[in-house]
Amino acid sequence: MLKKRCISLYVENEVGVLAKISGLFSGKSYNLDSLTVGTTEDSTISRMTICLTSDDQTFEQIKKQLNRSVEVIKVVDFTETQIHMKELMFIKIWDCSKNDKTDIFRIAQVYDLKVIDYDMSSFIIECTKSEEENNSIIKILNKNYPNRIEVVRGGNVAIEALKI
Amino acid sequence: MSITGAELFVKALKEENVDKIFAYPGGNITDILNALYKQNDIELILPRHEQALSHAADGYARSTGKVGVCLVTSGPGATNLVTGIATANFDSVPMVCFTGQVPTHLIGNDAFQEVDIVGITRHICKYAVTVRKRSDLASIIKKAFFIARNGKPGVVLVDIPKDIQMEFGDRHYPESIEIRSYKPNTSVHIGQIKKAVDILKKAKKPVFLIGGGVNIAHANEEMKKLAEKSNVPVITTIMGKGAIPTNHELFVGNIGIHGSFASNSAISEADVLFSIGTRFNDRITGKISEFAKNATIIHVDIDPASISRNIVVDIPIVADAKVSIQAITEKIDRLNTDDWLKQIKEWKEKYPLKMKSEGLTPQKIIETINRKFDNLIVTTDVGQNQLWTTQYIELDENKQLITSGGLGTMGFGFPSAIGAKLGNPDKTVISISGDGGVQMNIQELATAVAYELPVILCIFNNGYLGNVRQLQEFFSKGHYSCVCLKYDRNCDCTVAKNVPKAGCAKKPYSPDFVKLAESYGAKGIRVINEEDIEKAFDEAAKNTKTPTIIEFMIEREEDVLPMVLLGNPLNEMIIEK
Repeated sequence: MLKKRCISLYVENEVGVLAKISGLFSGKSYNLDSLTVGTTEDSTISRMTICLTSDDQTFEQIKKQLNRSVEVIKVVDFTETQIHMKELMFIKIWDCSKNDKTDIFRIAQVYDLKVIDYDMSSFIIECTKSEEENNSIIKILNKNYPNRIEVVRGGNVAIEALKI
Repeated sequence: MSITGAELFVKALKEENVDKIFAYPGGNITDILNALYKQNDIELILPRHEQALSHAADGYARSTGKVGVCLVTSGPGATNLVTGIATANFDSVPMVCFTGQVPTHLIGNDAFQEVDIVGITRHICKYAVTVRKRSDLASIIKKAFFIARNGKPGVVLVDIPKDIQMEFGDRHYPESIEIRSYKPNTSVHIGQIKKAVDILKKAKKPVFLIGGGVNIAHANEEMKKLAEKSNVPVITTIMGKGAIPTNHELFVGNIGIHGSFASNSAISEADVLFSIGTRFNDRITGKISEFAKNATIIHVDIDPASISRNIVVDIPIVADAKVSIQAITEKIDRLNTDDWLKQIKEWKEKYPLKMKSEGLTPQKIIETINRKFDNLIVTTDVGQNQLWTTQYIELDENKQLITSGGLGTMGFGFPSAIGAKLGNPDKTVISISGDGGVQMNIQELATAVAYELPVILCIFNNGYLGNVRQLQEFFSKGHYSCVCLKYDRNCDCTVAKNVPKAGCAKKPYSPDFVKLAESYGAKGIRVINEEDIEKAFDEAAKNTKTPTIIEFMIEREEDVLPMVLLGNPLNEMIIEK
C-alpha cells in the first residue's frame, strides 16, 4: 500500500555518507520526500530523518538496502512508532500594507507562528510544526499574499516519544 | 621508528597475505611502487590496460579464493578501473583496489590527473574511501580487506593521496578490526532451517535452485552431499554451474532464458523450490508471475536485500551458503522422488541441449574441451560465446567456470584467464571469446607473452556481435543494425564461412587473428573444418611458454537455443529455429 513512511538512520559521521545515502535513493529510483541530517551527542555518529512515500514491498527493500550499506550503523523504522516529528520553516512576506500587517499578526496568533523579524513593509515568520501543518500555512499565505512570499523549509526531524 | 605511508602499505599487504598485485604505474603511486621495488614477497603484474588489470585481479580472486588486489594511479588510471570494479562487485568477488590520488592540499583543485574516484565508484562497490590522514592508513587498509572478504564479498576502493604515501608515521598494522556499522551474519537461524526442512520433506516435486553463492562459499562438496542425501534434483544458474558435478545424475541443467528445457519445466512444475545463493535475476525468472507458481519457495542468501526482492519468498534464511547447507544436510532424510526424477529424465530426453550435427559448431568445440582437459579453468567473454559455454561445458571438482554473470562485461574473458593462470599455473586455462569481445582487451596478449602464460584463447569468429544479431533476428525483423564486424562494414559482401562474394574486398575479416597472435609473439591457429578441432587443441597444449589463439570460423548466423522470448514464462521455449 502506498503511504508515507519515516526512517531514523544512524550513520558514521564520515565524508561522503550523505552522498552514499541520497545516491542510493536516486540510483534505485526510490522516492524521497525529505532527508535531514546532523551529528548526534556522539560526534562520530550522524543521524538522518528520512521521509518517503512507497508501497510495502519497496519500503522493505529500502530498509534492507540501507542496512547493507557499510556506513549505516542502524535503521529504525518510525512508520508505526509514536514519535515527535517537526519541521522548521521560515516565511518572508513583503510589500505589506497596513491592513496586511494587522492580518499577519492575527494569522500568527491564530496559528501559533512566531514573527521573528519585520521592517516597514516586510515580515519573517518562524514556524516549527508538522509537515502537513506547514503545507496548510503556506497555502493560506500564498492565497492572501500571492507572489509576495518566500518559503524555506528544513525537512522533518523526528525522535521516538517517551513510553508512558 | 617511523616509516612512510608507502612502506606501511607494503607491510600491510604482506600481513594480509597478498602475493600478487595487478598494477599499472603513474605519477601518484610512484612512492608505493618504490617501496614495492625493495622487497620480494609480493609480485607485481603489469597488464597493458587498467580495465584488463581489474579483470585479471578478478579472475585471480575467483580462481584462488584470495582477495584480488589492484594498484593504479589517479585520474585516468582510476577511471579505467570502473568497469572492472562494477563487474567484480556484481558477481561478489573479493577485491581491493588502491588508487593514487593527488596530494591532499590539491584535492578539489582540478589538479593534473585528479578525479573524485570515490564519488564515481561509491555506488558500484561495497565500500569506497579516501585516506585523509596518515594515521588512518593502517586501519583503513585493515578495514578494506575485512569488508572485501566478509559477508557477501565485494570490491573495496581505497584512494591514497600522494602526500600520505610519503608521510612518515606509525608502523603498526592492526591484527583485527571491529567495525560497528558492519557485522555480517556468520550463523544460521536453526528455527528457519527446521521449517524449511519440514516443508522439503513433504515435497513430491522438489528442486534445488543453486546460484553463484554456493561457488563463492566453496560449498560444492557440501552441496553434493546434500543432493545425494536428500535425492533432490539440482538446477543451477550460470553462476551456480558446477555447484555439483555436471555429470551427476541429480544435475538437471541450467535455468533461464537460455536454460535447458528440462530445468525450466522442472522449475515451473516444482512444488518446493529450495534456492541457495541466487537473487532471482530477470534472466532466470522469465515472466515473473508464472515463475515457479506452484511452489513453496525457500531462499537462502547471505544478503537480506536479495530475499523477496524479485519474487516473494515463503521461508527466508539469511546465512552463508556453506553453513546453511551443512545444517540442512544434518536434518534431511532421503525423499521419495523417483517419479519426479523419472519425469525430469523424460524432459531431458525429449529436448536435450543440442546444436545441428553438421559443421564446425560451438557445441563440438566445447565438447572437445570437455573430453581433452581434466584439470581446467574456463573463462568466457559475454554474448553467444558465453551462453554456449555455459550450456555445454562440463564441470566437476577440478573444472571451474569463470564468467561475468551480473554485469555482462565484454572484454572480461581473456584478462580474467590471465589472472586465473597466474593463480593456477598447474591448471589448463582456456578463455572463450567472440570476435567482438576479444578485441576489447586483445592487448593483453602482450601480458600473457611477457609472463609466459600458456593460456588458450578460443575465438568464436562469426563476424558479428552475435548475441545482439540474434536479438535483432527475433525482435527487429532481422534488421542487423550496428552488429557487423566484417572488413566491409555493411556485411553485404560476405557469405557463410567468410568466403567473399565476387567483386568484393578480398580480405573477409579484420583483424587477421593468426597474424595478430604472431605479431605479439604468441601462437595462432585457424580452424575452418570440424575435423581440425582436436588437432588445434593438441597443438595449443604443446605450446607451454606462450599463449595460443585458436580462431574458429563458425557459422555466421548460429543462434543460442533454446530461448525464452521476452515476457514469456520459462517453460515456453523456442527449441529450434
